[in-house]
Amino acid sequence: MSTNKNSARAARKPQARLGVDIGGTFTDVALEVGTTAYSAKTLTTHGAPERGVLIGMRDVIAKAGITPQDIDIIIYGTTLATNMLIERRGAKTALVTTEGFRDSIEMRNENRFEQYDINIDLPEPLVPRHLRFPIPERLTAQGRVLMPLREDAVEALIPQLEKEGIESIAVGFIHSYAHPIHEKQARDILSRRLPKVSITLSSEVSPEMREFERFSTACANAYVQPLMSRHLTALGRDLRDAGFQCPLFLMLSGGGITTLETAIEFPVRLVESGPAGGAIFASHVAHQCGVKDVVSYDMGGTTAKICMIDEFQPQTSRTFEVARVYRFMKGSGLPLRIPVIEMVEIGAGGGSIAHIDSLGRIAVGPESAGSEPGPACYGRGGSKPAVTDADVTLGKIDPDNFAGGRMKLDRDASAKVIAADVGKPLGLEVSHAALGISEMVDENMANAARVHAIESGKDIEIRTLIGFGGAAPIHVSRLAEKLNVPRVIIPTGAGVGSAVGFLRAPVAYEVIRSHHQRLSKFNGRAATALIAEMRAEAKKVVEPGASGAKLVEKRIAFMRYVGQGHEVAVNLPADKFGADAAKSLRKAFETAYKALYDRTIPHLDVEVLTWALLLSTPLPKVSSAKPVKKKIKAKPVGKRKIIDQATGQFVTAAVYDRTQLVPGSVMPGPAVIVEEHTATVVGKAYDASINALGYIVLDHRKLGKKAR
Amino acid sequence: MAKKNDALAQIHMQVMWNRLISVVEEQAQTLVRTAFSTSVREAGDLSAGVFDEQGRMLAQAVTGTPGHINSMAEAVPHFIAKYPMSKMKPGDHFITNDPWQASGHLHDFTVVSPTFHKGRAVALFANTIHVVDIGGRGFGPDGRQVFEEGLNIPIMHLFKEGKANETLMELIRTNVREPMQVEGDLFAAAACNDTGSKRLVDMMTEFELKDLNKLGAFIIESSRKATIEKIRKLKPGTYRNTMQTDGYDAPVTISAALTVGKDGIHVDYEGTSGASPYGINVVFNYTKAYTCFGVKCIVAPDIPNNYGSLLPITFSAPEGSILNVQRPWAVAARHIIGHCLPDTVFGCLHQVVPEGAQAEGSASLWNVQLRGGPSVSGGVAFKGNIPEFEMLQFNSGGTGARPTKDGLNSTAFPSGVRGMPVEANEAITPVVFWKKELRPDSGGAGTQRGGLGQIIEIGGIDGIPFDVLAMFERCENPAHGRAGGGTAKSGRVSLKSGKQMRGKGRQSIPPDDKLVLELPGGGGFGSPMKREPSRVANDVKNGYITREAAKRDYGVALRDDLSVDDETTKSLRTQRAAE
Repeated sequence: MSTNKNSARAARKPQARLGVDIGGTFTDVALEVGTTAYSAKTLTTHGAPERGVLIGMRDVIAKAGITPQDIDIIIYGTTLATNMLIERRGAKTALVTTEGFRDSIEMRNENRFEQYDINIDLPEPLVPRHLRFPIPERLTAQGRVLMPLREDAVEALIPQLEKEGIESIAVGFIHSYAHPIHEKQARDILSRRLPKVSITLSSEVSPEMREFERFSTACANAYVQPLMSRHLTALGRDLRDAGFQCPLFLMLSGGGITTLETAIEFPVRLVESGPAGGAIFASHVAHQCGVKDVVSYDMGGTTAKICMIDEFQPQTSRTFEVARVYRFMKGSGLPLRIPVIEMVEIGAGGGSIAHIDSLGRIAVGPESAGSEPGPACYGRGGSKPAVTDADVTLGKIDPDNFAGGRMKLDRDASAKVIAADVGKPLGLEVSHAALGISEMVDENMANAARVHAIESGKDIEIRTLIGFGGAAPIHVSRLAEKLNVPRVIIPTGAGVGSAVGFLRAPVAYEVIRSHHQRLSKFNGRAATALIAEMRAEAKKVVEPGASGAKLVEKRIAFMRYVGQGHEVAVNLPADKFGADAAKSLRKAFETAYKALYDRTIPHLDVEVLTWALLLSTPLPKVSSAKPVKKKIKAKPVGKRKIIDQATGQFVTAAVYDRTQLVPGSVMPGPAVIVEEHTATVVGKAYDASINALGYIVLDHRKLGKKAR
Repeated sequence: MAKKNDALAQIHMQVMWNRLISVVEEQAQTLVRTAFSTSVREAGDLSAGVFDEQGRMLAQAVTGTPGHINSMAEAVPHFIAKYPMSKMKPGDHFITNDPWQASGHLHDFTVVSPTFHKGRAVALFANTIHVVDIGGRGFGPDGRQVFEEGLNIPIMHLFKEGKANETLMELIRTNVREPMQVEGDLFAAAACNDTGSKRLVDMMTEFELKDLNKLGAFIIESSRKATIEKIRKLKPGTYRNTMQTDGYDAPVTISAALTVGKDGIHVDYEGTSGASPYGINVVFNYTKAYTCFGVKCIVAPDIPNNYGSLLPITFSAPEGSILNVQRPWAVAARHIIGHCLPDTVFGCLHQVVPEGAQAEGSASLWNVQLRGGPSVSGGVAFKGNIPEFEMLQFNSGGTGARPTKDGLNSTAFPSGVRGMPVEANEAITPVVFWKKELRPDSGGAGTQRGGLGQIIEIGGIDGIPFDVLAMFERCENPAHGRAGGGTAKSGRVSLKSGKQMRGKGRQSIPPDDKLVLELPGGGGFGSPMKREPSRVANDVKNGYITREAAKRDYGVALRDDLSVDDETTKSLRTQRAAE
């Protein structure tokens, strides 16, 4: 697939940028030569993923008619680290920890993530108890040494570590975020005696308060490090051998890209880089379209991911949970305290299976039919009704033209399983049962989006929804209606959205430090010194990849009223803190707090817990697309009966072919706009049009004015 | 087959029901994010729900505390009785912490607020939160009457038409130890109800509803029917169980008779001990809540809580018993006994469900309430400053083994609250946790092993002395196993220097000494002789049990490399079977 956006050739050789996203099933490659985009999809080659990467790269380079030498930059993202954690295929790892705290990663938060199911299993710690080694040492919360590290006790571990065949060691001591002295001492001994073993210090990978999360992050980093290091080194070598001479960058979960060396040191920061790329993609689309308040919506086969994007920047967070073991439920995974793009992921995809719960209600997901056997309509043995089966029954997917007609779907098979599992138990005819499935999955996504918005202190109703991923265009119109969202954008290139997103990501690195200060006793000098130290650390990582670009710095203090448990992120305009710093910090905090919760609380002292500094290259300049003046009534290529979910009536929808549409085309809902891999369903409440970039835009007939 | 419009209406009902559950979830999230007390924000000790015009609960958020399940539901009708819906105004918020009208001790505030749609009050949002202090003696079991336990606020306005009740606020600020935090929590409670109201109005607009009557009837009826259907799958009859707990100064017997009928389950506590002269007594609302939670876990875990799903489960407890005390009995530490009720109920249900019910666990949370300062340790010889401080940390022992799985190590059950990080506590309190680690051999032996308790050692930083307001259960009465499973280790409270301490009541930790808490484990399920030797070996390898216990309790002999010595194991187990 290639789209010519601009045929005007620049005088000098156009820059060629390559983005590669290794997913669980597919490896996506996106190439841009100047303003021309090319893409390829190949199957992921498990075992030696770098092979699949090369196949995809050659494919796309051939399409563009260039050679490996012409590529200027490669940006690479992978789900391998994530999968290693989910499938527990990492290195044999040991944890060296403070005596008395051997079980922090097993005791977790001492609670059950699900209250009523007495048969839940807690996630197994990455390091079993017999490989967790306590060492006498102790610091206070202020970093004062209460008990010096017993170096002889560390020495004494060596034979045991050797005997167990340990490949990687996490070192996590209590309060090491306040002072890394003991962790560093331990590393000196371990690395001297065991030079081949990888060592992760909790004070380096996640220097923040809260022992369970920090130790868990250190263990995860140690667990994936040896294999990721091998894979990334092999990839670098293979690329050089294949003639690529350009630098290789890695996509991080926080939305920036970094050098190979940093990625090898902190591979845990590569977790979920694919979805991060998707969010960056949506941010770029938002920028192109000039929409400042956005919610991105990525729906694939198994899950849907929702992310808030403000001023073209996706919302970020410092915590993330990987490998959830129970219905994607919060608390059922391994916590990682790393900079991530904040999103909510729920078990709602095209393959999600519908059933009747014990209250006689339709429930959808999180179990998924996946791609094998897939929904019943795939005809590969799927015997349970999936969301895609409902979509086929409701006319949203044309069974004769799925995947560009390469795959014929079995409408009768869909009808049969829907009737059996949903229709019959509820006394509903098939179309109503399918409607119920579709409504329920859309409602689940809408609820998740709403709760996520409130957790982030955002108002969803003023936002523009940007939908991508195979199943999003089919469901986005109804989801938008449920969320009262005035406008929806469905960009082109959405099939390889993450890989395209990689190309838009800045070279960036975020440094985080726990450093507690109360504003009533604020020590400006310490804060100033801390910021300078953090800047130096970030520079070391970013500058090698920035090729001389002027760097952009963002500073954040995580603040709260003394006594509260959740902090609010406050942007710091200043990097030096003088006599009146406490006053200006309080003002900045109160502004941020008020924006979130509509009020401030007088008389209470305010404290800073954590400081973050994000250093990055500037975002590529994007000029907003001009509105298309000339409106053209688009010509349908056919018509189809589809259900109107709001009324339950079948209505006749005009069918349009996306490839025939030009900027300015308008199509009133209800309508279906078909393309190679998916179809956009336009509900009755929306009108569709094509903007200057070729993106589909849905505008709500009544809510239009609310869009910002 | 249903007609088109009926079908759509039915689907919309389901969608709206889901929406209501999501709305109360948002309400609860808003509260967690804006609250001040550690109990609310860290531990999740709160609840949130929406009620119809008659005060019937339609949806409740799933939060950290089963103790609020029925207690909040029962509180709302008291509010309507005093301030009828027709007299409520937009911007009104009402409040009480009356133990008998709400959730059983003065630390819990319930705030109720009306939702207005098209000029009419159509629903109520309510939430209950555990605030950090309410004056009096503080959070502990030492009170002899409720009057000693703090400030009691009858149902009144918290906000009147948007304006805060400043008289009430001033009274509260003057009487509690952490005035700013408590005031902040009450503001958060009002704000989260507003969030709920806003979302509810959005939904009613979207689906063109004038009131919630039809939707409410649908939710209540579906839930009631589904619960009854689950109950009908059980074998009818009356099943009894008795459990003994430590009590304050004398053991407490909890006797339950659970009757499975055609249309419901009734739990009666006839035979339970009388009220205690100390603050461990339970108000009936709270008894209902934890009993109901126990029943629901086994009988209908997947049915959401609302008026309808709670209807078929009924309760009785003799007035004046420890499970149904009247004013002015002391009630502050009512969770100690309340947390034991699900275990008692499980003992009844174990006789009903074929697979059996999970064994007894450590049950009661071990809340470590510490207090330090010159006035606390006034008479103690200590060189150096003793800063004023108050600290609350939640800790859990082991849960009982499940019929097909081991119990969970140091995990709260039935309470669902979260523990707090040691690092976070040490950052704000002058204490050092020298140990917080699993306690080997504390889980009861069984085909499925009981969850392990933990050992905690706390000292003052640089040796400062402090007090503990002890409220620790299962020190005399360990968790028993079921179906042949073994008894867990009981808890123990002592000084590092050796002296044994009491499980209940305020006591001092002298300078340079440490408080040592050994938390109880959960009971085992099924005969330990049937546990696969490889699992026993794995437990030894990981130090969950000792090699001696493997031999003594499980009849499993291990070689020095911790592999199973099959032959010796076989003869050990044969020998045991013969005994």
